[in-house]
Parts: sequence; structure tokens; C-alpha cells
Amino acid sequence: MSIAHTSSSEKVFAPAKKSHRTAYLLLAPGLVWLLIFFAFPLLNLAETSTKTPAPSFETGEFVQTFRFANFIDSFSANQEQFFRSFFYALCATVLALAISYPLAYAIAFRSGVWKNFMLVMVIAPFFTSFLLRTLAWKQILGAEGPVVSVLQFLRILPADATITATAFSVIMGLTYNFLPFMTLPIYASLDRIDYRLLEASGDLYANSATTFRKVTLPLSMPGVVAGTLLTFIPASGDYINAQLLGSPGNFMIGNVINSRFFRVVDYPTAASLSFILMASILVLIVIYIRRAGTDELV
Amino acid sequence: MSEKKKVEGDLRLDQVSKTFGDFVAVDDLSLVIPKGSFFALLGPSGCGKTTTLRMIAGLEEPSSGKILIGDTDITEAKAYERPVNTVFQNYALFPHLTIFENVAFGLRRRGIKDVNEAVEKVLNLVELAHLKNRKPGQLSGGQQQRIALARAVVNRPALLLLDEPLGALDLKLRRQMQIELKWIQTEVGITFVHVTHDQEEAMTMADTIAVMNNGRIEQMGSPADLYENPRTVFVANFLGQSNFIDGEVEASDGENLVVSLKGSKIALPKSRNNAKSSSLKLGIRPEKFRLHTADEKLTGNFLKGGVITDISFFGVSTQYLVEMPWKQELMVFEQNDGGAPDLEKGDAVTLSWEPQFTFALDGDAK
Repeated sequence: MSIAHTSSSEKVFAPAKKSHRTAYLLLAPGLVWLLIFFAFPLLNLAETSTKTPAPSFETGEFVQTFRFANFIDSFSANQEQFFRSFFYALCATVLALAISYPLAYAIAFRSGVWKNFMLVMVIAPFFTSFLLRTLAWKQILGAEGPVVSVLQFLRILPADATITATAFSVIMGLTYNFLPFMTLPIYASLDRIDYRLLEASGDLYANSATTFRKVTLPLSMPGVVAGTLLTFIPASGDYINAQLLGSPGNFMIGNVINSRFFRVVDYPTAASLSFILMASILVLIVIYIRRAGTDELV
Repeated sequence: MSEKKKVEGDLRLDQVSKTFGDFVAVDDLSLVIPKGSFFALLGPSGCGKTTTLRMIAGLEEPSSGKILIGDTDITEAKAYERPVNTVFQNYALFPHLTIFENVAFGLRRRGIKDVNEAVEKVLNLVELAHLKNRKPGQLSGGQQQRIALARAVVNRPALLLLDEPLGALDLKLRRQMQIELKWIQTEVGITFVHVTHDQEEAMTMADTIAVMNNGRIEQMGSPADLYENPRTVFVANFLGQSNFIDGEVEASDGENLVVSLKGSKIALPKSRNNAKSSSLKLGIRPEKFRLHTADEKLTGNFLKGGVITDISFFGVSTQYLVEMPWKQELMVFEQNDGGAPDLEKGDAVTLSWEPQFTFALDGDAK
């Protein structure tokens, strides 16, 4: 009796073991990729961040001295760009949210047969390169471009004013470039909402504004959180928009890291800045997710 | 919403129609549901019962006609303005709110500040007060069903609508909930309008049943009335099963009509004849038949010459299919209480029944 019992319980456990192995097999390609292209470079970067120039003072030659003060030095030298990065990224995120939520709402609930077409239109910009699209905006907003000409013609802008090389155009570029990352997650979470919940809300004396506030919005919060993260994180590390649409006065931390790596060839500073950026984004995200309180919904 | 005037009274549908394009979902429906009653709209899927319910709830707009509660016309009122609450088929509990907040939702929307007492009371009524801090996803189907009911009942609406509320539950739980729902309805005294395709569910709970088919009401009455004296073939077959045999009225004999039924003369009480013409469809429920061996001497209503073609054992009863000489198969249920003779497939049998269990429809009735 007990023998029979043991053998039957073994049979029950066998498939569980197999599914574990399958899970590891499925994870393997990703793990290998992560190891080679993420973990290893990250360690390399960490090692670089505490180096100091070689005694020979030759460009690009550094020796490991474990100088952790590199972090303090590089942060205090670039505080302005750090705060500007987060400020621009925040503005772009708020703007993208303000544009995306109504857009996603319209696609999810009001687009009818146009739904798929509208979704393709949201993704369409990805068919061209990020760099080209930003360059195109440089043309459009440039001194000879149609926007400035029209605004000057209408006397909204003075004759010598420009739009490019301002914070406005950088934030606009960031907003434009990361808009789909905001729209798609919000759309996905709105589209998943059971319309019967909205009917139930109406049935329970909530008018459409209250239904939106009490049912639709809370249920779409996972999408809003995902969208804001997907916008804020890349936007705060971006340098293309500031480079092409801004002036040095609008440079973000990405621009500093870029120039330290490729122009000045100051690898330790660039590496330590990268780490500070990574750490501060991580801290901001943790605080944000805690505050949003949607971890159980995500 | 409007506390100034309390809307209550009988629910009245006055020539209500609803069309979707060319499709007529509800066809010129007029109906009065008395205040405080448990009313069931029974019918197959697509018969218009759910559309009728949604129009009462304000989730669909009638194409024509009026809906009134007491003397207040609510035809144009928005869903959130009506003193009507719905228990949805899939419960539609808000997944982001706790059970307590789900139940309090309607009260809060009407600006009631202190909801604790009412919510606790209704949660006690459905015996789930201990789950008030859980989320709907953590509850079983039966528990969710009760919360959906509590969420509607707590508002003390003039009318509570139930859209196939027990459809997702298993048989045992469904039986239990049928009894509980009926009890809760008696307890709170709200008018319940219940939509279902399950005749047993409708018969267990409702005071009055309206059987719907193709957007119209076929027949309305008490469960017993509908079952014992159906007016249409559809009703006869939708509530339980019926055997129909074509017959012809031959003579009148006091209280009864004498009907020629495939060569046999049988008695039909006049009170149970719903036919206008003399050619009849005679209905006899399978459980009203009695089986006898072919050599038994019988008086009263009986049909000779049957042969058993199939026997199925159901536990409480056994179902026999009996082929008659005119090649019609009749269905017979016999209680498994030793009253019926031991019979096997191929045995010759005679069927008898009491005249008062016969009902008659027009020969061309559908």
C-alpha cells in the first residue's frame, strides 16, 4: 500500500522536474546573451570607472588605482547636466502621457474598424531610424524651416527668433521620439478592460466622468506606469535630441558621457557618470513604483 | 440619484421594441411586473430576454415603447440615474477594489458618507463579511456571485435585475444559490427580475415566469400553471418535455370531451382544452404515463400496442422510449419505487394516464 503510494507520488512530481529543465532551456539563449553583451561590459565599465590616467599621460592610457573619488569628481563637475537630464525627461514624460492617454483611449474604445490602422500609425515612425527622424525635426524646426517661417509670418515669433537650440525643441524631440513607448502600454491595458465593468459602474450610479476616475483610470494604471518608465528611462539617458535640436546649453548627461568617451577619451569619467546615471534612475524608479502602488497589478 | 422623489412601484413595459438593424430582438413587448415579486424571463439564447433586461437597466435604448416604474417614465433615463441595479452574468466585480469597496461603490456614488453599517449588514446577509478586505480575484465563483448580489442589494433599488446569475456555477452550488437567492429576495423584499435559459432555475425561484421566444412572450404565469397547462408547443417543450399526439374531438360528455386518439377513445377535461378547432394536439408529460404489460386489463385513458425501444436509468427515475403502432416514439418516466413492472427492451406495453394530466392545443399549433 505505502509502496504503491510512493511510486504514484513520484509520477506526479516527474513532470514538474521536466518543466524546470524546459524553463532553463528557454532562458539559456537570453542568459548567454545577457552575460556576453551586458554583464561582461558592465563589469568592464565598473573596472574602468576607478582608473586614473597612466603616468605616461598618453591619451587613452589608464591604470587601475581604485580611485572612488572619480564618482564624486565627475558628479560635481556635471551636476547641471544631470539635473537637466532628469528635468527634460520628466517634461517629455508628462507631455507624452498627456498626448498618449487620450490617443490610447480613442484607439482602445472609439476607433472601431480603424483600430489596427491606428496602431500601425503609432508604430510607423519606427520604420525609419531614430537619427533620421530627429534630423528631420531639425530641418522642420530650423531657421529656414516651415514652422519658424509661418510663426514669423504670423508675427507670433520675432524675426530673429529660432526654435532649435532651445530647451523647448529638445523636450519636443524627446516627447516625439518616445511617444510610442508611452502609447502602446497604455493602449494595451485599456484594451484589456472588460467593458462590462464600465457597464457595472454605470449601473451603480456612476456617470461617465466618475466611471473614468474610479474604474477606467485605476485599471489602466499598469499601462501608465509601464509607459512612463519606458519613456523616462531612455529619455533621461538620451543625447541625440540635445545634440541635434539643442545647443551646448541644453546638453544632457548623455552628451557629456558621449563626449568623454569619444572626444576627450576620458574613459574613467564617462564610466563613473554612466554608473551614477544608472543608480539614480534605479532609485527614482523604485520610489515611483512604490508611490504608484501598482506592483500587484503590473 | 434624486432623493427628492422615491421612484417605486410596479415595473411596466409598454409596447417596447428593440431592433438591431434588420433583426428584431424584442417585438412589441408589454408586461407588468408587480412590486416585490420574483419574476423570471425564461427563454432560449437569442429570444430577447437579455436585451429586455438591458433595456430595463438602461444599458440599451428601446427602439420604441416606454418603460415605467410606478408612474415614473424611465425610458430616457441614463443607467446611472435609474433606481435599478444589476447582477451581471460574469459578476463584473471591480478587480482593483476590495470586496468592501466593491459593495460600497453604489452607496458612495450616491454621496452616502457612512457606508460601513450598510455594507457590513449586506455582507452578513450573504455570509461573507470575513472576506471584506480581499480582492475579487481571491474569491471562488460562488463567493463572487454572492458579492455581486450584495453589491446590488445594498443599494435597495426599486428593481434588481439578475442576468443568468448562476450560469457559471456548478450544479450543486447552483441549487444551493437558487434557494439562497429566493430567501434573500423574501428577506429584502425588492422586486427581482431574473433572466435565465434554465427552466429549473426559473421554476425554483420565480413567482411568475414569462416564457420568451423570438422577441415575444409566449406565455406568462406561475411555474405550476406553465408546466401543467402550457398554451404553446414551445412552452410545453421548453419547460420540461412533452409527448404530443394528434387527435380529433368526437363528442362532449359532461365535464369531458371524448377524443379519438389514433383509434382509441380517451377523455379530455374541457378545462384543459386550449384548442379552438376540433383537431387537437394532445400533450402528455412523460412522467404522467404509467407503463403496463400488454395483457393487463385497463379502464380510463390508455393506448395499446407500444413496444419498448430504449431504456435509460436516471437514478430517481427510468426513461423508456416506447414505439407506438403509428411509428411515433413516446417518452415515459417511471419512478424507481417498484411501482412499475419489470420491463425490457422489445417488451409489448400499454400506456395509461389520468385524464386531468392531459392538455390540448390546436392541431396546427407550434
